[in-house]
Amino acid sequence: MTKPRILIVEDEANIRRFVRMALEKEGMSVFEAQTVDQARLDVATRKPNLAIIDLGLPDGDGKALIREVRSWSMVPVLVLSAREQESEKVEALDAGADDYLVKPFGVPELLARVRAQLRRARVVSNAGAASSRVRFGAVTVDLATYEVRRGDEAVHLTPCEFRLLTALIRGNGKVLTHKQLLLEVWGPRYSDRPHYTRVYMAQLRQKLEESPSQPKHLMTELQVGYRLSGLTVEAEATRGGPSSADVDVPRHS
Amino acid sequence: MLVDELAHTNSTGSRHTKRWGDVEDLLSAGIDVYTTLSVQHLESVSDIVSGIIGTRVRETVPDSVFEDATEVVFLDLPPNDLLARLDAGKVYVPVEIERARQNFFRKGNLIALREIALRRVADRVNSDVRNYRLSKSVTTVWPTRERLMVCVSAGRTQELLIAEGARLAQRLRAECLVFHVQQSSEDERDQECVRALARQAEGIKVEFLSVAGTDVADTILEWARTNNVTKLVLGYGTRRWNRPWRRRLSERIARANSGLGIVLVAAKSMPRKSGPFRRNSEPPVSARSLGITTAACAATALVAGQLFRFFDSPNLVALFALTVVVVSLRLGRAAAIWAAFLSVLCFDFFFIPPLLSFAISDTQYLFTFAMILVIALVASEVGGRLRAEARSAQAGERREATVARVARDLSGAVKAEQIAAICTATIAPLFDARVALILPDSTDRLSSSSETGGFEDLSVAQWTYDHVQRAGRGTDTLSGAAALYLPFKAPIQCRGVLAIKPLDWRSIEDFDDKRLLEGCCSSIALALERIHFAQVAQDTLVHMEGERLRNSLLSAVSHDLRTPLTAIRGLAETLEREVDLSETDRTELASAVRYQAEGLQRMVTNLLDVARMQSAGVRLNREWHSLDEIVGSALSQVGPALSERNLRTDLPGDLPLLEVDASLMERVLVNLVDNALKYTPAGTNIVIGAKAVGESMYCFVEDNGPGLPPGDSEHLFEPFVRGRKESAISGVGLGLALCRSIVGAHGGTIQAKVARPFGARFEIWLPLGSPPEIEEEAAYD
Repeated sequence: MTKPRILIVEDEANIRRFVRMALEKEGMSVFEAQTVDQARLDVATRKPNLAIIDLGLPDGDGKALIREVRSWSMVPVLVLSAREQESEKVEALDAGADDYLVKPFGVPELLARVRAQLRRARVVSNAGAASSRVRFGAVTVDLATYEVRRGDEAVHLTPCEFRLLTALIRGNGKVLTHKQLLLEVWGPRYSDRPHYTRVYMAQLRQKLEESPSQPKHLMTELQVGYRLSGLTVEAEATRGGPSSADVDVPRHS
Repeated sequence: MLVDELAHTNSTGSRHTKRWGDVEDLLSAGIDVYTTLSVQHLESVSDIVSGIIGTRVRETVPDSVFEDATEVVFLDLPPNDLLARLDAGKVYVPVEIERARQNFFRKGNLIALREIALRRVADRVNSDVRNYRLSKSVTTVWPTRERLMVCVSAGRTQELLIAEGARLAQRLRAECLVFHVQQSSEDERDQECVRALARQAEGIKVEFLSVAGTDVADTILEWARTNNVTKLVLGYGTRRWNRPWRRRLSERIARANSGLGIVLVAAKSMPRKSGPFRRNSEPPVSARSLGITTAACAATALVAGQLFRFFDSPNLVALFALTVVVVSLRLGRAAAIWAAFLSVLCFDFFFIPPLLSFAISDTQYLFTFAMILVIALVASEVGGRLRAEARSAQAGERREATVARVARDLSGAVKAEQIAAICTATIAPLFDARVALILPDSTDRLSSSSETGGFEDLSVAQWTYDHVQRAGRGTDTLSGAAALYLPFKAPIQCRGVLAIKPLDWRSIEDFDDKRLLEGCCSSIALALERIHFAQVAQDTLVHMEGERLRNSLLSAVSHDLRTPLTAIRGLAETLEREVDLSETDRTELASAVRYQAEGLQRMVTNLLDVARMQSAGVRLNREWHSLDEIVGSALSQVGPALSERNLRTDLPGDLPLLEVDASLMERVLVNLVDNALKYTPAGTNIVIGAKAVGESMYCFVEDNGPGLPPGDSEHLFEPFVRGRKESAISGVGLGLALCRSIVGAHGGTIQAKVARPFGARFEIWLPLGSPPEIEEEAAYD
């Protein structure tokens, strides 16, 4: 099995170094780029499985780079942003990034996000073979029959709640901004009413989370959007044996 | 630039009425101008010239323009040569030549004009010499400035007086002003005269003052004494025909022995134009007043008829005299004469033998008739004067009341909008006009505010503002404009422009009203300046406050940042140098570094938030959020230390949305929970809860730890205050201060309370507002 290939675009040498060390220890191969120009070239030639892109680059705008890469590649993008770039990270996500980390960030958090994105990419690429049944925590969802169960109990969701949930499931760990969710669930007329997502997310949490104010799966990215974490895809019953989507991702023990 | 014919009158609709106005504009724009001027167009000599050539010179240039010239070159031509040029057709086209020769270009005229011109230039050279001496002199002694006051009354010859006074002032290099004592006896025509004089004075840039007073000489002397006037210019007129007993004004002033220099100008007194001698204080002659008079006389005759049985006729005269006096006092001169006439007739007809006939048997009654007539005239005169004085007092009172009210209102104004409101509330009704206050922005451009009438022309206003001179209708500049524009001239600079458009233009032509308007303007200017400087002072204060905070921030930060940095550096160096550390020691050191760095991170975040709130004010990014999301996000930030405490959240599922800046509210909760972690031992219970109470959201963070330090809990929220001084617990004492300013910016309050039975509780109250609508879903599937 090939090692996952990670491209890190960052101009600060120390950050590059510790990210590289952490990722290589996880058994991944890492390429470094310091500028937008170099990054563009590396994404095209080295074909990484994941790109980690800093928003503040010396020779250009990280958001523009993401938009450009998105036009010809589906490589997952993890954005690094400083705290004063808060509004920019929403723009970066809307431009096509998949997740973000705010500096300063810790190594465990970085590894968790990288693993989640790699796992997600694998699920997306295996979409044809995947089952319609997904699971997170005690909740199972059958996307084909609209059946939602929490433990053994059937949960009743309204159509909007269900559409919101499926959007999050399709995102599978990707951070979805309020704008993206509003567009997908309610349509363009509602794109400037973020309180809709907040109210419906609260309802979903009440129905699906064990402790709604300390959620484990329906995660809030404050002022950015939402993310579903801990999703697994159940194998088709006919094939037999559970196969979680993240089995192929190498893990450091 | 060469501009020919300085005295030229521009065509109507131009910016300035006269060309010299344009030249002044050019000069103020920094452009040097050469120009030409014939001597007869100089304002101060125009009356002399008029006397010589026999026609009035209309195109005049104020002497100040001439005086301000950097250099004067005199172009002289002997009269014969000039006439030769005229004959050669070099001055006018041939058809005009003969007419010109007959009128202006007479040899006598030309010689006289040449003399005036030579004298004028000689004066100028003389003053140049004086200036040169003054500028070169080491010990420059400034002579006390002379102040010349030209006293005028309403009359035609007074124009000469003003011109003469101005010339004299120029020669003496003295300041000149024209003074008029406004009397109750002045009629409409007099006032028109005074207005003309004021215009003349304004034209030659001499101050004109009109002061109300009963006694002319006293008023003049009083004013001259209090205003440092050194010389009076008086007209030496003839005695008035109706007051032969009164001394001349000049004599009275001379006798007052005031120490003032007096210049008498023998001005021919011109007779008043014929016409009814109508005083404006006189009630109009009406059929009604004559009717009342007739009725009064008839009634008197009836009463007298009854009394005739008991009294002699001479006693009844008193009764008629009384009637005449009453009628004269109330109804004016015409009614008085009519009453006297009727009374005499009635008295003669009914009470003087032979009775019931107009024949008079005793000539002594002629004396009685004459006395009645005199009584009538005197009484009406007295009545008229009383009425006039009452009215002038009333007008003065109204003016004073207005000025006082404007001043009082303005003294309370703290905003430019309030001043604009005062303007429209007091000045507009006073002049029966529309007014607009036009104020400059920070770049000195005028912009009209929303509440102005929309009649104002900003370009004219801008000119007024830039040149600090009145413009618009009734002035020499941009007289085609629809309104009059007055600058707000304050001591430091012009503060704006008042545009005024009265319904009746005569109402502000009046001299008093003009002064009143100017008084209002300067009050407004002062108020505007006061506001400006109050704003500057306020800004400075805010700046100083910010500076003070920044300083205490710096000193606090330098201590609290250094401590963790020293630890990190020391730990890292140990890791670097000690090669034979055991694996556990190594891990311990590394995690200590991480722990210190995390603390630093929190502190820096707080500092950045404080800096953001301080620098940009609090700019909230408010959206409708659910509180449990913010709580969840805050808890995920606090991190692993939480596992050592028993944390419970108490958030009902149906909490309404809150319109808040989520990242700032998250900071509040993080700080409160952080505090609870910092100041309580492991195993403490921490509860975060919220509920909607009425119009507010009540939210609290409670613990059952050791509680708050004794004393006033309020000062915990001040910056750089910590519960325990110099404790080992890291922090700058910014957390709670930040919480308070964030909650305050949301319109809420935060308080520290003692929890029962022990512990601390921080309570936050936030206004709920009205959350946006959520459309109901059409149907469940």
